[in-house]
Amino acid sequence: MELTKDEGAALKGEKGETFELAYRILVATGEAINADRLVPISWAHLSGVNYNTIGDAGEEFLSKISNDAKVAVKTTLNPMGFDIDSVSNYNLDQNFIEKQQSIRESYERMGVTPSFSCIPYEIYALPDKGTQVSFAESNAAIYANSIGHLKTNKESAFSALASALTGKSPYSDLRKDDVPNLTIRMKIQQPNELTFGLLGFFAGKVADNSVSISGVKELDKRSCKSLCGGMGTSGTCGKFVLSEEETSEKVDFDEKEMQKIHDELNTADNGDLITLGSPQLGLEEISDLSSMLKNKSFKKRCMVFCPRAVQNQARKLGYTNEIERAGCEILSDCCTCLTPLIDKKNVDSVTTNSIKGAYYLKNSNGVGVNLKPLSKIIQEETK
Amino acid sequence: MNLKTIVKGKAKGIIMKSNNPINFLGAVDKKTGLIRDENHDLYQQSIKDKILIFPHGIGSSVGAYTIYSLKSNNSAPHAMICQKADLTTASGCALANIPLVIVSKEEFDSFENGKNFEIDTDSS
Repeated sequence: MELTKDEGAALKGEKGETFELAYRILVATGEAINADRLVPISWAHLSGVNYNTIGDAGEEFLSKISNDAKVAVKTTLNPMGFDIDSVSNYNLDQNFIEKQQSIRESYERMGVTPSFSCIPYEIYALPDKGTQVSFAESNAAIYANSIGHLKTNKESAFSALASALTGKSPYSDLRKDDVPNLTIRMKIQQPNELTFGLLGFFAGKVADNSVSISGVKELDKRSCKSLCGGMGTSGTCGKFVLSEEETSEKVDFDEKEMQKIHDELNTADNGDLITLGSPQLGLEEISDLSSMLKNKSFKKRCMVFCPRAVQNQARKLGYTNEIERAGCEILSDCCTCLTPLIDKKNVDSVTTNSIKGAYYLKNSNGVGVNLKPLSKIIQEETK
Repeated sequence: MNLKTIVKGKAKGIIMKSNNPINFLGAVDKKTGLIRDENHDLYQQSIKDKILIFPHGIGSSVGAYTIYSLKSNNSAPHAMICQKADLTTASGCALANIPLVIVSKEEFDSFENGKNFEIDTDSS
C-alpha cells in the first residue's frame, strides 16, 4: 500500500504514539484487503464498548490512548453492557459497572458521541449516496453498503478506531463498485425474519466480499436487519445485492441448508425468557410491536432492546405504553449480544428471533437458544 | 515460502491447524485461549503459544479486542498464518504485535498439525 509523505511520517511515529498506532493498524488492514491507498472517510462507527467483550485489556487500552487521542470525524458508538438508567434494577457486579463507566468516559474524552447503538443507520440521517464511512458493527456495515448506498469496509473495532482518529481508511474492493461473484438462490417460500437471518448466516459462510441474492421479492425492515445481522456473524461478507440476474457461480438456499443452520443455532425447545433486538429495534419495529401486543400479555419475562434515541421517540409517541403494559422491559444502551444481564447462573435458555443473538447467546453467554419468529413468539408466549 | 506479510515479526512454536474459520469474539475465551464453540474443529483446545493456522477470521468486529486481550493475558498464539486476511485478525494482530502472514492454498494444505515451525518475516 502506498502512503503519502504525511502518512508515512505518522507511521514512523513523527506525530506521536497514537498516530503511529493508528497508521500501523491501517497499514496492516490495508495489506490484508489489498488496498492500494487510504481514502478520507466522513463518519466512523465504533465497536468495542461492552466490558463483557473487551475486558480489562480493552478498558486499559482505551483509558491510556484517550489521554491524548481525539477523533477527527463524526464518530458514533456501539452498545455497552447495560442500560444506564436501569442498571440498579439488575444485580450487576460493581466491578463491571465501574469498568463499563471507565470505557464510556474514555470514548467521551476522545470526542465520540455516546450513541450506544448497533443501528446507527436508523437513528442518524444517512449522508449522500456513495459517501465513504467506516462502520465496525458488522450488521451496520452490511446495511450501509447494501441498503444505505454508503461505502465501508466490514471494519474491525481497531480499524474503525484508527479511521476515527485519522479520518482515513484503506481503499478496498468493497469501497469501489464491487461486483459479487456468487449468487445465492433463495428457495424458501413465505419467509419470515428468522428465515432471512438464517439466509444471512448461510450467505456469510459461503460468500466472499459481496454476494448477489435472487428470489427475494420483498424485504421489510425487520427481515432486512435480520439478514444483515446473520451475515455479519458467520463470515467476512460485507455487502449483498438483491438481483434476479444470476452470476456464473450459484448456490441454493433451500430447506435442507436452512435446517442445517437452524439445528446448529437452535439448542433448546423453549426459553426461560424472551429477548427482542439484535440488532436493536428501530422506531418502526417498536411501533409494530406495540400494535401486535394489543390486549396481550407475556407469560414470561421479555426484554426489548432499542437505542436510547428510539426509546425517547417511542415514549413521546406512546408506543411504549402498550409494550410495557404487556410486561416487557425496554432497555437502551445495550443489546442481546453479550449483555451481562443474561447470565447462565440465572438463565438456562432464551427464546429469540435473532440469529446473531442466538450465536452469541450460545457461545459467549453459554445459554441455550430457542429460535422463533416474532409472530410465533407473540402467538405462543402471550395470553 | 511464498507469503504476504501483514504483521512483521519472528516466532516459533507448534502448529495448531484448523480448517474452520474463527470468530474470535464468539469462539475463543480471551483469558485462556480455549476454543469454546462446540461446532469448531478446535473445540476445547487452547491456541496459547501455538503457531495458529486457519483459513481466516469471521464475524464480530470486536474479535480484534479478543486477540489483543489474549496477548495481554499471555494466552495468544505466537504467530498466525491464514489463507485469506480479514480486517479483524489483521488489526488485532497489528495492535498486539503478533506476526501474521498470508499463504497460498497449496502452502496452507502442506502444513501439518503438531509439527514445530519457525517463522521470520524478515528472512522468508
